[in-house]
Amino acid sequence: MTATLEESPVTTRQPSRDQGKRFAYLLLLPALLPVVMLSAAPLLRGVFLGFTDARAGRNVDINFTGVENYRELLSDTQFWDAFKVGLIWAFAVTILQFGLGLGLAGLLNQPLRLRWLARTLALVPWAMPPVVVGIMWKLVYHPDAGMLNEAFSRVGLDGLRHNWLGDFSTALPAVILVGIWAGLPQTTIVLLAGLQSVPRELHEAAQMDGAGAVRRFRAVTWPALAPVVVAITSLDFIWNFNSFGLVYVLTAGGPGGKTMLPMLFAYEEAFRYGHYGYAAALGNVMVLIIVALLAVYLRRRLREAN
Amino acid sequence: MAGVKTFKRAAQYLTLCLYLVFLGFPLVWLLSISFKEPREMVELHPTLIPKHPTFQNYVTAFTEQDLARSALNSLIVASASAALTVLLALPAAYSLVRFKTRLSTITLGWVLVSQLFPFVLLVIPLFLILREAGLTNTRFGLILVYVTWSLPFALWMLQGFVRGIPRELEEAASVDGASRLQVLRRVVAPLLAPGLVATSLFAFISAWNEFFFALVLLKSPELATLPVTLARFVGVEGIARLGPLAAGSLLATLPSLVFFAVLQKRLAEGSLAGAVKG
Repeated sequence: MTATLEESPVTTRQPSRDQGKRFAYLLLLPALLPVVMLSAAPLLRGVFLGFTDARAGRNVDINFTGVENYRELLSDTQFWDAFKVGLIWAFAVTILQFGLGLGLAGLLNQPLRLRWLARTLALVPWAMPPVVVGIMWKLVYHPDAGMLNEAFSRVGLDGLRHNWLGDFSTALPAVILVGIWAGLPQTTIVLLAGLQSVPRELHEAAQMDGAGAVRRFRAVTWPALAPVVVAITSLDFIWNFNSFGLVYVLTAGGPGGKTMLPMLFAYEEAFRYGHYGYAAALGNVMVLIIVALLAVYLRRRLREAN
Repeated sequence: MAGVKTFKRAAQYLTLCLYLVFLGFPLVWLLSISFKEPREMVELHPTLIPKHPTFQNYVTAFTEQDLARSALNSLIVASASAALTVLLALPAAYSLVRFKTRLSTITLGWVLVSQLFPFVLLVIPLFLILREAGLTNTRFGLILVYVTWSLPFALWMLQGFVRGIPRELEEAASVDGASRLQVLRRVVAPLLAPGLVATSLFAFISAWNEFFFALVLLKSPELATLPVTLARFVGVEGIARLGPLAAGSLLATLPSLVFFAVLQKRLAEGSLAGAVKG
């Protein structure tokens, strides 16, 4: 009697579980369809394109060329220049974003007045379209109508007036500053959330034991914050490497290629000159290098954590 | 001791002020230029406060055909993307939470990986695929791309909201004889309203702000979205035209500003933790 009672729910549930599974797939499929067609398929095709001589224009034959594109890339000085600019940009922006973000998060974690203003202001860059950020900073850097030059003039530093975005030596640093401004909010907010998750009691206990601020940061804050730091710096690095609109508006890669990020370079190769295969090869190389850099970084962090 | 503390506080305030200047001044300058008359723009020493403040730039930005039309384009593309994203993400998120299948594991993995997608590698084949389908230079093609792009995060957000719905409620409904689809439509969807609003706003804003794909996929100026049109204005126009450019830029920022103002508290508490967490 008891045996049948226990068995019966199992037998009735079985078909409904299968049905449930079919229902589950049915609900997932509509979302997976565009994903497979417009992100998985392109990704694979992009990798393949990098080994062909695909070019713009209809009815152009596509030939498999193996490593030809990569051989060409190796001796393409413009690519290497763009690549160097890209690395400087991505590293500088990511590291400075992190440093400044940590500083601001630390301040916002203190009971200071004006904190609300800083929090609100820190969200604005996040909300702005990258193109608008670019336009805004173009107005700041503008040689005649710009705020920066005028500010220097006002304090008597006329000698510092400069065509910031047009000059070979200042273009890249100027663009990097804009990159920092645009990404500071995300970094700050994430780090602030990390700081707030550090138990206050631990801090107080360490303070009682006579640990100074530096000591407390290293012994109490840092261990709790480290995973957040790894996550946000990795993401920032990828986002920065992928960034396009900002620099496109600010300098379009100029002057003389001084701010030609790899993304801009690939865009020009593909959509101005129509070298699809070559640009895809460029993309392959860049992805490999980003993945390698991140792997090294994450492995080192993991080892430190252990 | 007290002296050290006051000094520390003062240093903190000073640093905070420096941050405020860095974060705020570019915005103030953009605002200032948007209210300046063309003839003030060419003066040698620009001032922070416009000498003869005018709304003319905003009128120009609004009435100028290109900007108004692009704003309309952006509105169409962003609204359609948001609607379609939510329509696809809602059942999928529900499925991910309530049923554990192999496909759901793969989907969640993809959600994470998609954050790392290299656009360089994606854009060329995407362009070719859409061209083969005859969808380049159409709004629909761009909308499809935006939907694909915001789906991962939308799924992630909605998933958290679905988790918050007690399973008992659904069971009660199905005991009362409601079909699975009815449960989804009549019980789950209404309870998810706040999550749906947040998710669709997110999808709207990402589409509204996006520049790269819009630049690559749309060639006709009549179809261009706001960021593309604004970017085209840069450089080709003289200094006197900076005012309308600033005004147009500010107008283009308004929707996302409203969105962030609404979500400000949640965002400040830590990356939408309330929405994402289960």
